[in-house]
Amino acid sequence: MSEQLSTLRYYLEFDFVRYAIIVGLLISLCASLLGVTLVLKRFSFIGDGLSHVAFGAIAVSSVLTFGLRAIGSEATGRLAEVLSENNHTVIVLPLTVLAAVLLLRTGQNTKIKGDAAVAMISVGSLAIGYLLMNRFPSSSNISGDVCSTLFGSTSILTLKGSDVVVCSVMAAIVIVTFVVFYNKIFAVTFDESFTRASGVNAGLYNLMIAIITAVIIVISMNLVGSLLISALIIFPSLSAMRILRSFRGVVICSAVISVFCAGVGIILSILYSTPVGSTIVAADIAVFLIFSFLSLFRKGR
Amino acid sequence: MEENEKKAPEREKQLVCRNASLGYEGQTVTEGLDFSVCRGDYLCILGENGSGKSTLVKAILGLRPQISGEIEWCGGVKANEIGYLPQQTVVQRDFPASVREIVRSGCLAKTGLRPFFNHEEKKLAESTMKQLGIDSLAKRCYRDLSGGQQQRVLLARALCATRKMLLLDEPVTGLDPRAQLDLYELITNLNKQGITIIMVSHDVAAAVRYASHILHIGSHRQLFFGTTAEYTASGVGQSFLAAEETYGASAPSEEKEAEADE
Repeated sequence: MSEQLSTLRYYLEFDFVRYAIIVGLLISLCASLLGVTLVLKRFSFIGDGLSHVAFGAIAVSSVLTFGLRAIGSEATGRLAEVLSENNHTVIVLPLTVLAAVLLLRTGQNTKIKGDAAVAMISVGSLAIGYLLMNRFPSSSNISGDVCSTLFGSTSILTLKGSDVVVCSVMAAIVIVTFVVFYNKIFAVTFDESFTRASGVNAGLYNLMIAIITAVIIVISMNLVGSLLISALIIFPSLSAMRILRSFRGVVICSAVISVFCAGVGIILSILYSTPVGSTIVAADIAVFLIFSFLSLFRKGR
Repeated sequence: MEENEKKAPEREKQLVCRNASLGYEGQTVTEGLDFSVCRGDYLCILGENGSGKSTLVKAILGLRPQISGEIEWCGGVKANEIGYLPQQTVVQRDFPASVREIVRSGCLAKTGLRPFFNHEEKKLAESTMKQLGIDSLAKRCYRDLSGGQQQRVLLARALCATRKMLLLDEPVTGLDPRAQLDLYELITNLNKQGITIIMVSHDVAAAVRYASHILHIGSHRQLFFGTTAEYTASGVGQSFLAAEETYGASAPSEEKEAEADE
């Protein structure tokens, strides 16, 4: 144990480890906040769908970068640098937001219903993304690239100070928005038609939820990769819902669970050199099982 | 008839619908809707499934505009000032929220851009819960309540939104007979306190017993609009009431749903 503690202390002296922990905790906090709403609105899979869109967008952006570099002039070269900075956020974020808005709008008036639309966009972008990556490889190690995009790369451990700042700012925006609009988000989640009928602009808040979801997914790509983001979004809130009976309780509890699991996951992954994303998700699953077990002892159902 | 005339001078119109056609995606569901609702009325909208009742509800709420004709608000009521009691959705059945949280969310429109509820809004929520006899449930979880209690919670929320007009969409569906009766009594009491009620239903017997006015929509057109007394005297009303007696009310289908729920 003491040996592990000293290993941990040794690692914690490095900036990049501290950065990883800060970013990991912030991301998991954001994801769990929105998770409650998404699970209750029956949009658990939107995280999955959007992260695949983000994957496709990364592929598009890499290909663009590659193409621009190939042209070779100074201007295009600089453009390519801009694109590839911060894991292609310049292209990935707008595309993902767009997809989120389209998906969450699938209410009454669409030909393709919610879950089908999510599935379609999800697998569609996955396929196109992989196709592009394969056809126009941006590095020699394609399968490594794909794998790290899907399962979260070690890039969480190669964060620069500026990445941490960007991530913290985005996380702060998400958290502040959530707190300020908490009552509105609750109303829209519980009963959209009533909220609309009483004169609240429910469409606006739905749009806001969509945009925040997209932002969270893009910033959490680094941490757990696009296949595991759903876990970060749904597990904490599902665990909290097992035990707690009020919306506020569920939100607070899922935030605590999520941050705790992310912390434990990151530390374990450092100690035992396991993949960061999978370890965090494994911690989330463990907590979910424990809470499910505890819920058996509650009165009532 | 006579009663109607006696009331006439003090009656102030709140909602007027003139020759409205409703539908969606270019398809007309029902047309020629012509009716008005006055302050303190208890209007029951009857019709078979698919006759356009829910489309009419959406039009009244302004969620889906009418194809043609007019739906006009007057007498100090605005389109966005209706307390709406929607049909329960799947999402709500297992929603982890306390009764107090849900009732308070009725005050949301009053908050505007302010992020949190103020003292008055919280007090309004508490007093409304007391009024509907659910103050003892305030900390309970919505999904653990019985169907009748859940409807009271949603009714309390609607009353927090407005005291002018309530629009109830099949409020008793899925409730056991006892809870149905309780809810009808409660609604009648609210109506006596001066709240205008519009209720969508397919329970003809209850409509005739409780409502002051009836709007009956058939397939594609309006069959009847007038006071309840006129309805029971009219051909449409008599034929439906007779059918009701013969087949033992439309209740069986609802009771089945109630059983399935438990």
